[in-house]
Amino acid sequence: MIRISVYDRAGVFAENKDIAAEIREVRVGPALTAGETVQLDFTGVEGATQSFIHALIADLIRRDGPDVLTSLSFHACNRTIRSIITIVVEYSQIEA
Amino acid sequence: MNLGGFLRTFDPSNPSELAFSMHEKWVAVHPVVLAFTASVADCVSAKGGEHTGEVTNVGSLPYLIRMGLFEHLKLPPGKRITAHEAAGRFIPLQRISSTDDLTRFIVDMIPLLHASPTEVEPVRYVISELVRNVFEHASSARGAFIAAQYFKRSNTLGIGVCDSGIGIRESLSRHHTVPTHSDAVYKALVPGISGTTSRLGGTAYNAGAGLFFTKSIAAASRNYFTVYTGDALFKLRPTPPKQPILLFADAERDRHTMETGLPNWNGTLVGIDISLSKGTTFAALMDLIRKVFGKSIRKEKQKPMIRPRFT
Repeated sequence: MIRISVYDRAGVFAENKDIAAEIREVRVGPALTAGETVQLDFTGVEGATQSFIHALIADLIRRDGPDVLTSLSFHACNRTIRSIITIVVEYSQIEA
Repeated sequence: MNLGGFLRTFDPSNPSELAFSMHEKWVAVHPVVLAFTASVADCVSAKGGEHTGEVTNVGSLPYLIRMGLFEHLKLPPGKRITAHEAAGRFIPLQRISSTDDLTRFIVDMIPLLHASPTEVEPVRYVISELVRNVFEHASSARGAFIAAQYFKRSNTLGIGVCDSGIGIRESLSRHHTVPTHSDAVYKALVPGISGTTSRLGGTAYNAGAGLFFTKSIAAASRNYFTVYTGDALFKLRPTPPKQPILLFADAERDRHTMETGLPNWNGTLVGIDISLSKGTTFAALMDLIRKVFGKSIRKEKQKPMIRPRFT
């Protein structure tokens, strides 16, 4: 399993979408494509915006399908971050 | 927030001169007014134009000076003040020109509010979403102006964000049909509508939900939220204390007013009040928004969804 610290790149408040997109494109996406399981570790992160979480995971779900969620987990999320991740995960599974 | 009255006095007919005047007694001091005034002054300065007029010695003048208004409005305020410690009261007017500026602003300025981590959550959330909207959609060469003020009596924080970019209608019209500015505001408030694509739900980078979330944060804390762009002014009215909070994906169903025919502002001005109370948690608010958002874009024949895995 590959563990990726969100705090290390985005800090205590994860709001920078450029960083989110970079984590997705450079680390999460290639790892999933290689058949790895990925844990996004939110230890130390106090808050995140919906825009950040969207840029981090929405395209993975839309591109590879919802089954990608079986290879992806979210660690140490507080209640707010859990709620935002759930919002993004839900709407990303709905095809436009 | 009597923003409509203030905006009706705005005359954009001569963009190379800013003729400034103040009521001798009543001067609106909400940060949304300050952000707008600074942005207008900045536009005139950028064109090499003049600022003319007189600053009246009103009771709120020391506040206007401390908020940094006269660093952008090039008129002598007529008095000097002793700078007070800003902690716990306000964030003076700032121009944010880049995403790095925004990150620095959130780290350095929000602590000036001396709010608890729980109270800070919605504030930094809203500021991040509003200012990022400017960078992603407004094509503003002058960045965004932002100011914030804590109002002790109501225990609310007022925030104003203004840009002098292309406005919501022009931004959305690349991919959507928006005949009027008011149509554009309504559409921009629908979750999943983005100026970067015609696809409902947005792109890999942009979900088109920032304004909906911001409006919902105001609604859920029974506060004001307002958007002014072109000739249209949308004002979300606070839900009265004894009425249940309702969040709508369609802003036309919200308790609101939409005033049109106002003097034209090419950019976008957004104002919001947020309660800094310890009552409703931000997490509970997000749960509420999740339910509304899900309903708004869910299809009739939706496959069962896979839930995220938390460890």
